[in-house]
Amino acid sequence: MPAKTISPIEVYKFLPKTNCKECGEPNCMAFAVKLVNREIELVKCTPLLKDEYKDAYKQLWEMLKPPVKEVEIGVGDKRVKIGGKYVIHRHELTYFNPTAIAIDISDDMSEEEILKRIKKTQEFSFTYIGTTLKLNMLALRSVSNDKSKFKEMVTYVANNTDLPLILCSFNPTIIEAGLRVIGDKKPLIYAATLDNWREFLELASIYKCPLAVFVPNDLKMLGSLTKTLMDNGLSDLVLDPGTIPKGGLSSTLNSFTALRWKAISEGDVVFGFPIMGTPITAWTCMDGDVNLKAWWEACIANMLIIRYADLLIMHSLDGWSLLPVTILRQNIYNDPRKPVSVEPGLRVFGNPNEYSPVFMTTNFALTFYTVKSDIEVGKVDCYLLVVNSEGIAVECAVAGRKITPESIAEELLKSEVDKMVKHRILVIPGKAARLAGAIEDATKLRWKVVVGPMDSSEIPKFVINEWKRIIQSV
Amino acid sequence: MKKKEVEKNFYNEISSKLLENLMKFGEIELEDVVIEAERLAIRFPQILPSGARRVIPALIPKKITEIEFTYPKMEWVGKIREVKIGATKSDGGTRGKSIIIGGETTPPFYTFSQPVSHPPVIAFDIFDMKVSLPKAVRTHFEDVMEDPAEWAKRCVNKYNAEAINLHLVSTDPLIKDSPPSEAAKTVEKVLQAVDVPITVGGSGDALKDMEVFKKVAEVAAGERIMINSLVKDMDLSKIAPIIKNYGHVVVAFTPMDLDLARELNRKLFEYLDKDRIVMDTNTGALGYGLEYGFTVMERARLAALKGDEELQQPLLSGSTNAWGARESWLKMDPEWEPRELRGPLWEFTTGLAMMLAGADYIMMMHPASIQTLKDIINYLTSGQITHDLDISNWVSAKIK
Repeated sequence: MPAKTISPIEVYKFLPKTNCKECGEPNCMAFAVKLVNREIELVKCTPLLKDEYKDAYKQLWEMLKPPVKEVEIGVGDKRVKIGGKYVIHRHELTYFNPTAIAIDISDDMSEEEILKRIKKTQEFSFTYIGTTLKLNMLALRSVSNDKSKFKEMVTYVANNTDLPLILCSFNPTIIEAGLRVIGDKKPLIYAATLDNWREFLELASIYKCPLAVFVPNDLKMLGSLTKTLMDNGLSDLVLDPGTIPKGGLSSTLNSFTALRWKAISEGDVVFGFPIMGTPITAWTCMDGDVNLKAWWEACIANMLIIRYADLLIMHSLDGWSLLPVTILRQNIYNDPRKPVSVEPGLRVFGNPNEYSPVFMTTNFALTFYTVKSDIEVGKVDCYLLVVNSEGIAVECAVAGRKITPESIAEELLKSEVDKMVKHRILVIPGKAARLAGAIEDATKLRWKVVVGPMDSSEIPKFVINEWKRIIQSV
Repeated sequence: MKKKEVEKNFYNEISSKLLENLMKFGEIELEDVVIEAERLAIRFPQILPSGARRVIPALIPKKITEIEFTYPKMEWVGKIREVKIGATKSDGGTRGKSIIIGGETTPPFYTFSQPVSHPPVIAFDIFDMKVSLPKAVRTHFEDVMEDPAEWAKRCVNKYNAEAINLHLVSTDPLIKDSPPSEAAKTVEKVLQAVDVPITVGGSGDALKDMEVFKKVAEVAAGERIMINSLVKDMDLSKIAPIIKNYGHVVVAFTPMDLDLARELNRKLFEYLDKDRIVMDTNTGALGYGLEYGFTVMERARLAALKGDEELQQPLLSGSTNAWGARESWLKMDPEWEPRELRGPLWEFTTGLAMMLAGADYIMMMHPASIQTLKDIINYLTSGQITHDLDISNWVSAKIK
């Protein structure tokens, strides 16, 4: 199907075949396998960079480049890469470069308000399975259509952040005013339209900045304009087919889906660019109070994250709406080739003694880290038995028989925790309550099972209120 | 909204107001499409460059090179089977309306290729006993949670539920172990209280569920209810023929594993007609395994469309699982509040993702998340409403 699949053999043909190990792999074939899985970069093969391999390098680069171009915005550590997609569905390989999220700032805002929005955008942070969820960019809009006002805002923002920026106006003189300030910081210029494209083509060429192409709800003209810009030397483009709320969502979704199919399954280079969406339109053309607008903005953003958006511009800075959006982005971009699991086995927390509780959980990384953090925050001294559920959370693992009374009993006996504690009580998650009796049976009644709290945040309370009583009654 | 109010009331109000707004928008759309379209079509004048136009180098062409555009060609050979849930009088039941799910010939919502055959159905979850529910959900059902019939009525009368999922959790040997006869009575009551199609779920204990389903199938004879669910640990030769005899539909549940899903379907095909089987490949909550459920479902659907006949059943998602994610209900630091909005958005997002992966029947719980997903389905399938909403000047629009 759509994914351009290349066999390692095809790639191997062009490699030096010296097995020099400079790339860190045992031999050239292993390097070829990693290359086709996009797990290693071509430049790691240092011999390839030599003049004698110039043609082979070029061949390989062409073979391996993604059908959706990778476009860089900004400079320095915070620069953002968007696009670089190889497949339509995540299971066909994986999605690279998670959807960048830009928060808007407009030149009708006071400096105080602008600073507040910069800070909130920069400080947005949520720790989730060992990674930190972040917002990535700022989109600067010219509302006043006054170039000195725009310039003032751009200067102020640039002085207060190193996040990559998007300059938003359809007026070339406004954009140029912004580019004079930050043209060397590789902002994304938003946007060339059917009316202004000649001026925008010139600006993007002069300042060597990536350019967005905005033609709402008309893929033929979006393609035509993109082709024209390409023919005139631009290669870093971002396509905006329009994000239309309400009834327009139908054509919006169709556009995003069709663009990605054209690029990947048909290899159409005109559409082989990152796609951007603007859920902020929920604020500019919908009725209702602020919560309703933020609600719809998040709903639209989530739809577009699932359907191929590489960059989104949003307005709300509410945590309640951005948290589900950023978590969804993490989920969808999570590499499906890597199971999110930790090693099964026994873990020790604090300084447990012979009367400390033995808890149980599954080896789904998120479940494990959540339980771990709750135990650590609550300063609980205990043992934690991590049972292999093939990386599935407790509730699903029980329903799907990914953990069974037998597998729990086996892990329990293997752990030799019975040499560390005098009691024989296993505290299982409330969500695995159903298995209680069967686990006891599976240990041949050597262990007693107590059903613990439904959520691990209750573990510290459970230890204080109930464990004491349980252990005393033994 | 007055910030001086007690926090609790404040957040409750946000949640209900959101819901009220959502309901209102939904209604307006249905009643008077044209007015809504005009009212929302805010057109800004195209802003022209101020001052003199730049002098553009002669190198730049004057005209755009026009290209042809054709939507990507789709070559799907498979078709998802249609399954009807709920029987009306003419079919020997008492439902006011049946629902049909399935029938797709393309991936979900590829409407540029084919219109949606049957829009996904969003069904409300209710329980046969008072269960612990997140506050954001409880607020809307607190007074009816002791009575499943009233609970079902609330969903249908107030929130326009298209279908009800009654979960017989009290039959769980580890909860109340209530007998199949009692469960059957509850099913009868709910069938009498509302006339939408219903799905009846057990406790998840395979042996007990078989007993419960036998009795339930009998009392609901002819109603074409959906039994949720049959699993591979059951003796299917005992339960499936009974369900067939009484004319119902089943959900085949497998734990995120397509090989198991095929295997279970193969076994069920021996006893049941293919238009009476719906697949549940399992759903993980947003943040807690959503991606696995999403991808298994997406793969199931794509395989079916590519011709895999063992996977061509409509798909069901228990998106209510979203509430299993602690971030959907837990009181968090102030920057993530209010949870009264975070929670429903969590459930909506889970349901939306599963719908875009291929789910045809989606179980959910919060009226606001359900209303929003229904609105989205409406927008995606009608394609006509407010099509002229002009977004072209979002760049310079003032946001208040």
